[in-house]
Amino acid sequence: MEPSRDDFVIAIRSAFLNKSNKQRFSLIGLIFFSLLLLILGRFNLTVINYTKIVIKETAYRSSFIISGPENFVKKIYYNIESHFELYDDYVNNKKKLQDFKVQKLENDFILSENIRLKKIINDYVIESEEIIAKVLIDKKSPFLRSVVLNKGSRSKIKLGMAVLENNYLVGKIVEVNYLTSRALLLSDLNSKIPVSIEPGNIQSILSGTGKNKGIIQYFKEEKDITGESIVYTSGSGEIFKEGIPIGKIVSSKTKTTYDEEKENDTKIIFFSDFSQLQFVKIVAFKKDNN
Amino acid sequence: MGRFQNITLLKKIIINIPILILFVSVLNEFDFNYLETKYFSFNFPFILIFYWSLKKSEILGYGYIFIAGLINDVVIGFPMGISSFCYLLICGFAAYLRNITLRPNIFQDWFFFLFTILVTNSLMYSLLVLFFDFELYYNNLLLNLLFTFLLYIVFAYIFEIYHKLVFGKSHD
Repeated sequence: MEPSRDDFVIAIRSAFLNKSNKQRFSLIGLIFFSLLLLILGRFNLTVINYTKIVIKETAYRSSFIISGPENFVKKIYYNIESHFELYDDYVNNKKKLQDFKVQKLENDFILSENIRLKKIINDYVIESEEIIAKVLIDKKSPFLRSVVLNKGSRSKIKLGMAVLENNYLVGKIVEVNYLTSRALLLSDLNSKIPVSIEPGNIQSILSGTGKNKGIIQYFKEEKDITGESIVYTSGSGEIFKEGIPIGKIVSSKTKTTYDEEKENDTKIIFFSDFSQLQFVKIVAFKKDNN
Repeated sequence: MGRFQNITLLKKIIINIPILILFVSVLNEFDFNYLETKYFSFNFPFILIFYWSLKKSEILGYGYIFIAGLINDVVIGFPMGISSFCYLLICGFAAYLRNITLRPNIFQDWFFFLFTILVTNSLMYSLLVLFFDFELYYNNLLLNLLFTFLLYIVFAYIFEIYHKLVFGKSHD
């Protein structure tokens, strides 16, 4: 048995320690350097942060250029797909438009009334200047749902700003570089947003699933949620203003886990199609001091 | 003279195609995620790095692999250094297999590749979950591993053809 153990050790040593003639760097050296980078990344060192920003800016721009041909194929694919659904969409949209025209008149009235009433109780929230950003990279990775935007700290983007598409919330800014920024989408597993479910004003937390649906994680109080309930931001935690539409409930049930605890399984379909994001609006919200 | 230089340049490009594909794949992931096929995704850089580290290690320099890993981390949004660590580990496993193999066999390589990606992915996602508080969808991760394993044989055949055309029949 002794010789085979020796062979194993020699093979391992040769694989990791010996610098092959045609390799400039040692494998084990680079592995340790990667680990060092990982450890240093945990600390907020200025040198590391600047290095990260330079690498990120370069990689994002290069990725945008190299993704050109794939984006072209992607665009054709989506175009063909949408052409097949064109007629059905037209009929549905025509019907919806009629309803919306009526609703808009009612909404305009409610909106002006709401602004007036909020000003009275000094809780009127105003939006900062809107920044329109283009989606540079959208990898649709099953592990991380985020997009890279072409606006960064130069355009006054700050961490935590809301990212909207057609006035629907799609995510928030989680990383800011000088010329680019990264938005974590609501569908990401790590995304947790305080929400309010209407009708009923049920306060809860919306969590991503890594897919195109979200789930309601916690209920402050157990209430019945109908299939037509709409999910809005609640404004809790003062991250976003309240009332930004997010999505609608598609199924609601309570399941029992192995520990016989009741677990909620309420699924939400987002109003925005995260796979089709091209331009987004970045805004911050603050209270009106007037 | 100019024509001769053009031929040399073209030859250099052809020889370095695996490096070019590696950089393009980390900048632009060949994973067909946009098709939104349920549960389908695979890790192309793993296949590419393992194959070339095994068959012709001088083609992909460790330095380039390290840089490719950093770019992958930036594009995907992972902590910087984690993909480099995994890619280099794969190189290490491939180098180990190369050292102990007398008669190369594609099926032996294939199953060693499965072992390699199981170990490296376990390490990578353990680091992400334990030290960087990432939440993961384990079903997706397992399917990604499965498809990466299954597609290795397909890409290995394609790379084999390229290898024969550019470098001739002999392997390391």
